[in-house]
Amino acid sequence: MTKRVYLDNSATTPVAPEVIEAMLPYMTAEYGNASSLHSFGREARTAVEESRATLAATLGAEPPEIVFTSGATEADNLAIMGLTLAAPGKKHIITTTIEHHAVLHTCQWLEKRGYEVTYLDVDASGRVDPAAVADAIRQDTLLVSVMAGNNEIGTIEPIDEIGSICKEHGVLFHTDAVQAYGKIALPIKNVDLLSVSAHKFNGPKGVGFLFIRRGIKLAPILHGGGHELGRRSGTENVPGIVGMATAARLTFEEMDETAARLRGYRERLIEAITAIPETRLNGGRTGCLPHIANFGFARIEGESLVMRLDEHEIAVSTGSACSSPNLEPSHVLVAIGVPLSMAHGSLRVSTGRQTTEAEIDTLIDVLPQVVSDLRAISPFKVGE
Amino acid sequence: MYTEKVIEHFRHPHNMGKLEGYSAVGKVGNIVCGDVMWLYIKVDQDERGRDIISDISWETFGCTAAIATSSMVSDIAKGKTIDQAIAITNRDVAEELGGLPPVKMHCSALAADALNEAIYNYLTEKGREIPPALAKRHEHIAKEVASLEKRYQAFTEKAETKAEG
Repeated sequence: MTKRVYLDNSATTPVAPEVIEAMLPYMTAEYGNASSLHSFGREARTAVEESRATLAATLGAEPPEIVFTSGATEADNLAIMGLTLAAPGKKHIITTTIEHHAVLHTCQWLEKRGYEVTYLDVDASGRVDPAAVADAIRQDTLLVSVMAGNNEIGTIEPIDEIGSICKEHGVLFHTDAVQAYGKIALPIKNVDLLSVSAHKFNGPKGVGFLFIRRGIKLAPILHGGGHELGRRSGTENVPGIVGMATAARLTFEEMDETAARLRGYRERLIEAITAIPETRLNGGRTGCLPHIANFGFARIEGESLVMRLDEHEIAVSTGSACSSPNLEPSHVLVAIGVPLSMAHGSLRVSTGRQTTEAEIDTLIDVLPQVVSDLRAISPFKVGE
Repeated sequence: MYTEKVIEHFRHPHNMGKLEGYSAVGKVGNIVCGDVMWLYIKVDQDERGRDIISDISWETFGCTAAIATSSMVSDIAKGKTIDQAIAITNRDVAEELGGLPPVKMHCSALAADALNEAIYNYLTEKGREIPPALAKRHEHIAKEVASLEKRYQAFTEKAETKAEG
């Protein structure tokens, strides 16, 4: 069997062998609970705190500013819910139309409970206008949440500028950095809270963290043993935390080299795929994360495209309505104004640290035929 | 999420393409909501003088389930009399495929609807009497299309505004 091609790294990534190796001892010999007094507990505590320091350093943060969570969904929830619980007087939140559902659905849940949420629109490349943030800020605005890089089209948001505007107005600024962390340098001097997930950068699933700038009051949403300085109860996931820190170390050691290589793949993909007739790049060509490219194919439905490529052992994803549980097209593609006929035929290609040139070659070789086969089935012909 | 049978029909669809010399076509779905199916039928008379679907084909824009149900409905209807074909339901199509995920049941409805519409158009063109059940389903399908268009109107308007800006 030929090697399968994995180009869905924005969904998840393989755990790096070095990460697995680093995690194993904390499941076998040093399996202690980091809260225990005995030597088992002390070993675990040391591992957790060393990991915290490693992760803090990747952001230029202090170790106590890192709170471990079960992943980015929890980190986003903790940021938004935790702040609203700590400051019940302020009832207004500003976010964007292209956030991950972990942010959007949390905001929508709060709307049903007396909060007002402003959803800022984006331009055709998916970028939020910092001036629009300034305009939307009110007396009772508690928080602005804008992602660092979009998970579907890869747009990099101007978080430094937005954060600076928030600072001027005394409003807290959270950013979901799930896709951007480890891919590009993140300026955090104006960021108050930042969410990260380990499995997006070759770490294990089920672990992430929330950076919370010192001095920010946040109420816990999980109650129990008072772990993480009372901000997140629950026994620390020691192997997961060690794995996340190891993955971060590997990622940041060679971030620039990896980014340059993935940008090269992205350019090749854009050149080759947009050369297929009636195909477009969704989102901008520049100002994007190095590892995500999103394409629209006229007269093709995305789920069919993903399934046909799966036959060729190529894994990619789509924002098609047919692939979503509510049969609605991707909110991100709709927000940047992709025509619905094209939004149905969207394809997201996302690379990772372990992606090879050969994988890119395979997709580029196979895709034109798959596209033309599916178009042959379609009732819509060229030019219609 | 899909059965082996669905995948098999998706990979190797039967009766695909436009039919030469077709008697009628049923067009259902809407590109805006992501599924469009055109189903062609050729009707001939058998030795007893009954109308039978002697040939059938389709063209579909849609997901895995939409393509598999197109293929399956064409298999089921081929060689059937018009009366038998009218009785084919979306449930029959889904069952023959070994079931569909709940969120994809509408794809099987689309396939049965396309067949329904092709037969309706055939009988109308021939000036034949439309059986009440068929007429009722025809009206229902038209209503469905209108409601889908309404549901997706917001998306369409948004996309158009962006395109102009």
